[in-house]
Amino acid sequence: MAVLRVKFTKTKRDKLAQVLWILNWISVVTGAILFSLGLFLKVELHKQGEVMAERDIQYVPNTLIAVGLIACAINFLGGKICYDCVDTTKFLRWKLIMLPYIICTFFFTFCVLVGALMCYCMHWELEESLNLGLTEAMRFYKDTDTPGRCFLKRTMDMLQMQFQCCGNNGYKDWFQIQWISNRYLDMSQKEVADRIRSNVDGKYLLDGVPFSCCNINSPRPCIQQQITNNSAHFNYEHQTEELNLWMKGCRQALLEYYIHIMQSIGLTVLITWLFELSVLTGVRYLQTSLENVLRQGDPNSESDGWLLENSFMETARMNLNIIKSLGKGNQIDTATNGDPNINVPSTSKAHYGPDNVPPKQITEDS
Amino acid sequence: MLLKITFTQQRRVRLAQGLWLMSWLAVMSGAFIFCLGVYLKTELLRRAEVMDNTEIHVVPNILMMVGLVSIGTNWVATRVCQDSLDASRFPRWKLLLMAWFAVAMLLCCLLLAVVVLSYALQGRLEESLKVGLRNGIRFYKDTDVPGRCFQKETIDRLQMEFRCCGNNNFKDWFEVQWVSNRYLDFTSKDVKDRIRSNVDGRFLLDGVPFSCCNPASPRPCLQYHLTDNRAHYSYDYQAEELNLYSRGCRQALTDYYMEMMNSTGPGVLSVILIQMSVLVSLRYLQTAVEGATALEDPEGESVGYLLEKGVKETFEDVKANVLDILKFAQVDPSAAEGSPGAEDAEKPADNTTEKAASPTPSPAS
Repeated sequence: MAVLRVKFTKTKRDKLAQVLWILNWISVVTGAILFSLGLFLKVELHKQGEVMAERDIQYVPNTLIAVGLIACAINFLGGKICYDCVDTTKFLRWKLIMLPYIICTFFFTFCVLVGALMCYCMHWELEESLNLGLTEAMRFYKDTDTPGRCFLKRTMDMLQMQFQCCGNNGYKDWFQIQWISNRYLDMSQKEVADRIRSNVDGKYLLDGVPFSCCNINSPRPCIQQQITNNSAHFNYEHQTEELNLWMKGCRQALLEYYIHIMQSIGLTVLITWLFELSVLTGVRYLQTSLENVLRQGDPNSESDGWLLENSFMETARMNLNIIKSLGKGNQIDTATNGDPNINVPSTSKAHYGPDNVPPKQITEDS
Repeated sequence: MLLKITFTQQRRVRLAQGLWLMSWLAVMSGAFIFCLGVYLKTELLRRAEVMDNTEIHVVPNILMMVGLVSIGTNWVATRVCQDSLDASRFPRWKLLLMAWFAVAMLLCCLLLAVVVLSYALQGRLEESLKVGLRNGIRFYKDTDVPGRCFQKETIDRLQMEFRCCGNNNFKDWFEVQWVSNRYLDFTSKDVKDRIRSNVDGRFLLDGVPFSCCNPASPRPCLQYHLTDNRAHYSYDYQAEELNLYSRGCRQALTDYYMEMMNSTGPGVLSVILIQMSVLVSLRYLQTAVEGATALEDPEGESVGYLLEKGVKETFEDVKANVLDILKFAQVDPSAAEGSPGAEDAEKPADNTTEKAASPTPSPAS
């Protein structure tokens, strides 16, 4: 009992082959789209790479790139096969390759699905990476004279301006680190010396933020220094002031940005997966119907196409037996000690009669 | 005949096919010109708030119009090519082709004018930006005045995006009160001193808004007391280059727009080239096919040319034709029933005198 049997006339087979040829070429294009989406994600992650700590997040775009390339190759081959399938003589060329091709493509679609799921699951690792990376970047904000860290100030400033965010979780993160280098602090001043002495680690902490935290939508000129001191500024209430600085934390802003990208990419990959699956189903039908035609002998006759020859359970059992016997092929038969010349009596219960039957005398007709 | 070429039947067919392809190429280049115009216009509109007038918009407007007309014109050329090898269908295009040539020449001239204008209008653009930016800086503080409340955001965004400060440079901010009175404590001595020292009673200070800060500076941004070396540690006002953006926004914006228009120059010139070649090829095709249909053997050789007579003679002919048409509108007082009454709307008095005179054949017929 075949799974999902469909009858195919000659014209239907030819039409199926042509349609599949076109669909395979469309799949090549979608494979190229997957490749470019992977490349795009890689570039986007690289752009903010300086505020991400070392975490293994590059595997997602790498998978997408690999899957895209393999999809192009597989569907290119599929297109060639389907193009030749219109003619039954040319089909003989591909007859032996088609079944392994279909099996490979079936497993490949699993890879595509895994790629799509990875896009949705990546954001936990990304959040960790951003958390650590941003903390480091803020710590080294002042080290513009240390080689290897001298660009962190610029990176952090551009990031805060571009993504409209301030600090890691909020602007108060800047109160806890020294972001003004000692090179620009007048140690002889009383105020500076007081601040440094009042801190355990000898850090110059202040309730101020860098200029890149300033909100451009604020109606008043930006208040960067003495943020928590209401009396330092005219008509200023620290608790209710919302428009002065960016309220969002940069980790949150970057995460939202990347989640948005990855959700769009994940959706595209899912749609591609469905498309590939449907093309694969068509190719399977084409293969089985052409094989049946060859078995029947008449290339113009009707034939059946199916997904699986027997039911699902039987096919699974048959395949398991094949795999088991493949494993047994290397084992030695211990009953004969490996010698194939010893006659092992059959253990079957069927009786085909006694062994010593004299040959029948043929009476000659005279 | 000007620049004549002999065409066999096969050459005519080749010319028609090649011209059909080139006409579709010209259609696409027309679409390209249109998109270019749209892009330029959107870019100019984005910064419309810091521009005083819209004179510079003539460049993208012409580009858009030329693009649209060019698409239609070259599509007509493809239809003409398709009909050119069919002797029965080609004659109906005869009259239209004269108009087509005129329109195509006009398009080429307009495109050339666009290239010239984009250089010539640079001065006007600078003027417009100068006035617009000056107003923007003046109204920076008026975030509570309707109609001006977005100036602060506009100027801040502009300065951050184009990495510039002020109109000519950052010192423009020293001459303007950019801190609103709402946020000034008038009981403070410093504020009162500053206001009293100024003739107009404005609160001027040697500070700039935060959007002038340069992120590439190694030290945290210094916005206030810029001219006072003692106000900041290890700070020299004259030598400090990285603290703020040194470029003025007028210069930055002018450079940006000039670069955009210059980069479109080669594209526009190549479109002019394509259009001219379509025009020349279509003229050859028209004359060759017309020559062939006039022959006894339509499949034989014919001569294609650009102009039937020399340049001067053609010019004289055209002038005579145009004058004739102009004369056609005027009533010839000696001719009784020369022109039909419809053309005489301007001179009804002459009409009556003409009717009164005795009928004589008009010299024009």
